[in-house]
Amino acid sequence: MIWQLDLILLLFVVICGIAAISVKDLLSAVILLGLYSFLMCLLWTEMGAVDVAFTEASVGAGIGTVLYIAAVYKTTRRSKD
Amino acid sequence: MISRYESIIITTLCKLLIPVIQLYGLYVIMHGHSSPGGGFQGGVILGASFILLVISHGLDEVKKRMSEKLNTIFCSFGLLIYAGLGVLALIFGGNYLDYGHLPIPVTIAEARYLGILGIEIGVGITVMAVMISIFLDISSVGEQE
Repeated sequence: MIWQLDLILLLFVVICGIAAISVKDLLSAVILLGLYSFLMCLLWTEMGAVDVAFTEASVGAGIGTVLYIAAVYKTTRRSKD
Repeated sequence: MISRYESIIITTLCKLLIPVIQLYGLYVIMHGHSSPGGGFQGGVILGASFILLVISHGLDEVKKRMSEKLNTIFCSFGLLIYAGLGVLALIFGGNYLDYGHLPIPVTIAEARYLGILGIEIGVGITVMAVMISIFLDISSVGEQE
């Protein structure tokens, strides 16, 4: 465990999280969430939890992003009624 | 329906990439008990390869290879493998999911090795089918079948 690398990665994770909830465009928020998942995956690999990192990379960054994008395409900003 | 963007680069690249992704998913499932990975992660990777096929080739191409009926059968078949192995160990005198008592003519250590492999395969099949099913339901919003 290198604490300097941990600190840098955690800083990026916090930046990505705040950016994902404060950006207005939904598609940008989804991409930022995928970036957040990849950074968490790097963090977990660096801490030695390879199995958790594998799950995060495949579910959080892979399937999750695709499902969010599919859901964003089905929604509109204003409701019809 | 998500309309797809016709591009020969994307179509060709995905056609080359999907078999490699599926092979990697099978590798992750088969080596799940001795290295990082396992049934869940391998199943998600297998499901992701089918989702890539939906994105690059359209929904009908996937419906030809993996119909909703086949998907449902896969979904319950994996669960059957999982629960069946557990109940089989229960019948032959062990606890539920106690692989040492499975009726295969090997030593107890090898029986445990093979038992956890069967569990991983069952979990992988179910997770793959459920992931494909969720994505097909979202992307078609119940238009077909």
